[in-house]
Amino acid sequence: MNNAFIDRYHTFDFVRGPVVSAPVDVKHGVALYLEEVSVSFDGFKALNNLSLYINDGELRCLIGPNGAGKTTLMDVITGKTRPDSGSVYYGQNIDLLAMDEPAIAQAGICRKFQKPSVFDKLSVFENLELAMNAEKGAWTTLFAELSGPQRDRIDEVLDLIDLSLHRRQQAGFLSHGQKQWLEIGILLMQEPKVMLVDEPVAGMTHQEVERTAELLLSLRGRHSVVVVEHDMEFVRSIAHKVTVLHEGSVLTEGTMDEIQNDPRVIQVYLGD
Amino acid sequence: MRLKFFANDSESAAIVAVLAAVTLIIPLCNLIFPPGSPLYFSAYSVSLIGKYLTFALLALSLDLVWGYCGILALGQGAFFTLGGYAMGMYLMRQIGTRGVYGDPLLPDFMVFLDWQVLPWYWLGFDYFPFALLMMLAVPALLAFVFGWLAFRSRVTGVYLSIITQALTYALMLAFFRNEMGFGGNNGLTDFKELLGFNLQADSTRIMLLMSSGTALIAAFLACRRLMQSKLGRVVTALRDQESRVRFLGYRVEMFKLWVFVFAAMLAGIAGALYVPQVGIINPGEFSPLNSLEIVVWVAVGGRGTLYGAIIGAILVNYGKTVLTGLLPEIWLFTLGAVFIVVTVMLPDGLMGLWLRKTGRAGL
Ligand SMILES: Nc1ncnc2c1ncn2[C@@H]1O[C@H](COP(=O)(O)OP(=O)(O)OP(=O)(O)O)[C@@H](O)[C@H]1O
Ligand SMILES: [Mg+2]
Repeated sequence: MNNAFIDRYHTFDFVRGPVVSAPVDVKHGVALYLEEVSVSFDGFKALNNLSLYINDGELRCLIGPNGAGKTTLMDVITGKTRPDSGSVYYGQNIDLLAMDEPAIAQAGICRKFQKPSVFDKLSVFENLELAMNAEKGAWTTLFAELSGPQRDRIDEVLDLIDLSLHRRQQAGFLSHGQKQWLEIGILLMQEPKVMLVDEPVAGMTHQEVERTAELLLSLRGRHSVVVVEHDMEFVRSIAHKVTVLHEGSVLTEGTMDEIQNDPRVIQVYLGD
Repeated sequence: MRLKFFANDSESAAIVAVLAAVTLIIPLCNLIFPPGSPLYFSAYSVSLIGKYLTFALLALSLDLVWGYCGILALGQGAFFTLGGYAMGMYLMRQIGTRGVYGDPLLPDFMVFLDWQVLPWYWLGFDYFPFALLMMLAVPALLAFVFGWLAFRSRVTGVYLSIITQALTYALMLAFFRNEMGFGGNNGLTDFKELLGFNLQADSTRIMLLMSSGTALIAAFLACRRLMQSKLGRVVTALRDQESRVRFLGYRVEMFKLWVFVFAAMLAGIAGALYVPQVGIINPGEFSPLNSLEIVVWVAVGGRGTLYGAIIGAILVNYGKTVLTGLLPEIWLFTLGAVFIVVTVMLPDGLMGLWLRKTGRAGL
């Protein structure tokens, strides 16, 4: 008889859902490999033979005019959109194209959406609780109780995103900037290896932007962070390496100074 | 302890108190007061109240699916009816030789159809624990298979509503057929006794009312526990932003599936308790219209609160009893009008109105 049936601690796949078995292997120092990725919507090429590598622990900024394909790129990495061709690897060993959204998230790739999407009906605290890096099966969540360290972690993140005083408030009542931060908090709670952050400072005040920059900079080294942003001042304040996307492919990569003096980049931005 | 349990939720405490009172006081009144006294409940009203309680349980099950998971299921009646048939089959086999044809094994309708042997799927139904298991397992299995296919292929919204409706309609057509072996359009009826108790006896009716009340209270507390757990919060989150929840690493379809299956089991229990109190189960119960009525009950009471569903079911059914007594023709029009008024003016139902009035409405 199959051992699984006599082992009282065995959880069957249909209860738990598939999880990634092997840990991600980043010994070559690269967290994400995107190679010759193309995506088209009704014939329109949103991504066109794009290749991009994100190093382990690096903070990378991704810029480009509207419609360049930045969000689509994140959609491909997180499993929302299937590319028509190309390959997407997480470390050397995990093929992201073979996985669905929850599996990719559980493997450690999490994202903040362009449009803030927090859970309006839940409190700030509950938003963070749901995001917490814990087992995510239906049965486990039914009996889940927050442990002391888990509570402390939520408090810590609440402090970090400056929402301690709003912990009991329904997230739907937060201001736009606060929602943005809550979403960053959701990202932090997941303790991901790779963070994809789409337009984190849109709609924020100058001070909020500065704090966000500090926060993102503090993540460098522990997480690989990809930030998409139109606010060039903000990008300059955090960027080490910048990638410019244009019409679905990488136009150029370099430091902020190199980028800003690149005639092709100037052409793309002015030509708009 | 008890107070803390219902902290900030006086509505839940109130509904449990009222249901417990109904479950205990009606039987007590009938013990204490002689028939004819105004405090004595007739057999008819006892069964009627018992029936309302089973409808409330059914509404509660739909609230889990609709109010919390956001799935507008238009086929919840199917699970109710299947639970009812499982009970009906047990009751049929209890008739024994007391049927019109006196066959010890075959129910009357099978003798009438000239069948010689009991179909295999009727085996075991003379044994109550097995029948009880089937009252839960059959609805659960159907919900599991249906939910597995529908949720995994990410069917949502109107399409999902339509296929739930199609499901109950298909079952109705199937059960209408004599060859199915469930009594065709007459269904199952002429029951004699349940666990040895005469179904016509007042004491049995009172026991059934008490069982229905107890089942409803237990189910309410279980649902409340479910929805106050982290699972409940995941479900609430996926109702409004399904894809966002996936990106947090939750398998959304599994959460929907298990809640759907649990709700189907509650509906099955409701159906099983309903059948002995009304004395009949037939394919008409599968009618899509019945499932739509359940939606109206929940909409009237207010979805996503659990107690709202219970209150809605009891109010609408009381209204139905009164109205069909006075003017049977206008019931369906009234039901339609109620639904329109609630949808347009009270999207959160009566309980939503109450929570707003008392300043506790959320978003
Ligand atoms: N689901 C979709 N269906 C059809 N077209 C789409 C879809 N998603 C994106 N597109 C198109 O693909 C192109 C790239 O879109 P994308 O959202 O990736 O741009 P972006 O670089 O994020 O732009 P922005 O800076 O405005 O956010 C756009 O022209 C957009 O209209
Ligand atoms: Mg975008």
